[in-house]
Amino acid sequence: MSSSAEQPPPGGPRAGFAPRLDQDEVDLDQPITPAGQHPPVQDWDTDFDHTVTEYAQNAPEVWRHYRESCPVAHTERFGGAWFPARHSDVEAIAHDTDHFSSRGVIVNDLGFRGQAPVGFAPPITSDPPFHQIARKLLLGPFSPKAVAALEPAARETCRSLLRDTIAAAEGSGGIVDAAQSYSQHIPVRVIARMLGLPESDGEVFRKFIHRILEKPGQVAVAPDDTMAAYLETAILERIAEPRDDLISYLAHADVDGVPLTPDHVFGSIALLLIAGIDTTWSAIGSSLWHLAQNPEHHERLRNDPEVWPFAIEEFLRYYAPVTMARVVEEPVTVNGAEMDPGDWVLLPFPSANRDSEAFDDAEEFVIDRKRNRHAAFGLGIHRCAGSNLARMELRVALKEWVDAVESFELASDDPDAVRWATGQVRGPRELPVRILAATAPEPT
Amino acid sequence: MRIQFERDACQGHNRCYLLAPEIFDVDDEGYAVLRIDGDLPPELEEKGRLAADNCPEYAITVID
Repeated sequence: MSSSAEQPPPGGPRAGFAPRLDQDEVDLDQPITPAGQHPPVQDWDTDFDHTVTEYAQNAPEVWRHYRESCPVAHTERFGGAWFPARHSDVEAIAHDTDHFSSRGVIVNDLGFRGQAPVGFAPPITSDPPFHQIARKLLLGPFSPKAVAALEPAARETCRSLLRDTIAAAEGSGGIVDAAQSYSQHIPVRVIARMLGLPESDGEVFRKFIHRILEKPGQVAVAPDDTMAAYLETAILERIAEPRDDLISYLAHADVDGVPLTPDHVFGSIALLLIAGIDTTWSAIGSSLWHLAQNPEHHERLRNDPEVWPFAIEEFLRYYAPVTMARVVEEPVTVNGAEMDPGDWVLLPFPSANRDSEAFDDAEEFVIDRKRNRHAAFGLGIHRCAGSNLARMELRVALKEWVDAVESFELASDDPDAVRWATGQVRGPRELPVRILAATAPEPT
Repeated sequence: MRIQFERDACQGHNRCYLLAPEIFDVDDEGYAVLRIDGDLPPELEEKGRLAADNCPEYAITVID
């Protein structure tokens, strides 16, 4: 397997590169007229809905209730979905690729589940044995050593954002939105550089993410405004003329001499664009939300370099952003819940990470926790391919923040002043803080 | 004390490489590679235990 800068093979299949919209199969960013707002949840055990505001604002309490007394919730919404909250069930499902397929990973209103074994966005939507082929293509560019080379640019991005953020705070009595002015921009700029897309298109990326992940199938989309249309242009440009970026790498990659199908190229690029942004944005934002309320942890990070490797993993455990999903393939019973083929199953890694059966003092944030087999990046064969990148971004973003911001707190006592994302990726989308003392960092 | 590492169980979380780079390297795809086959030097025993205690896939076992 190798990437190749050679031109398309005879016949030029890439010349006919077809975006998803030409297919019968629906995707999650197609032009739709949504059915409308979801009604309020009647009963969280039998009618749960992870796309409503009430869930986003209170998810840890919902998970605790499920773990202690449900423990597998159900809903008829989304065409039927399950929510197994305990670590042991999440772990077992994540390792069982016979009963549970990844062909659908975003529980949505459109009934969209992809086709096994490739799915919409390989490898996250792929099943064995194809999964490993698609995954191998991405592991190199996201390996720890490849990611280490991206760290200096990520640090400069954080410092530049901090200079702007601190300047804005000086003009507003110290009040800034840490999510809007800091955390949301970091992963956008890092992945844009890797893909070779303009960093200034961040607003566009966040629009796609909102429609696909936060309100899947619930937001109206215009035909010329889809992610498919956006990416098709970028891919076609690089098919014609390769550049030194990941889109070119995938557009010209082959497996044992056979070029990837256009769907595979498009799907993997869509995955890299979508999966790396709001996830990391959420982890950084949740960590800042924690530090704003726990000055002793902020102080510890400022003064104790030895605690960092443990603190980063504890932030990942306690504030894991991502809940994945599977589609049931064979009838199966999980902790008493009888699941049928076609049912959705959510894989709430954030709830598993707070299960007292799996962790000592599970509901407590222990900044120097020494035993921490957290599942923030998943379990089994679908371990987040971008985990090394995400961890580096989280560490650099927090290090630069705590070095520059000596003291800060939440701007308001009202919990609803902080807006948490709905859907399967949870983190603060609005995070007003008051910066009490800060020194703008110098350029590196 | 020595380390037993099951390569088939490794999913590339890289927790061992971060906590104990003296004991674990990573390959070009990010999977762990055990660097010390026999007994660990005493000064690395604590790091060996940390690596085992933080592997999400239980791919690392400490043998006393």
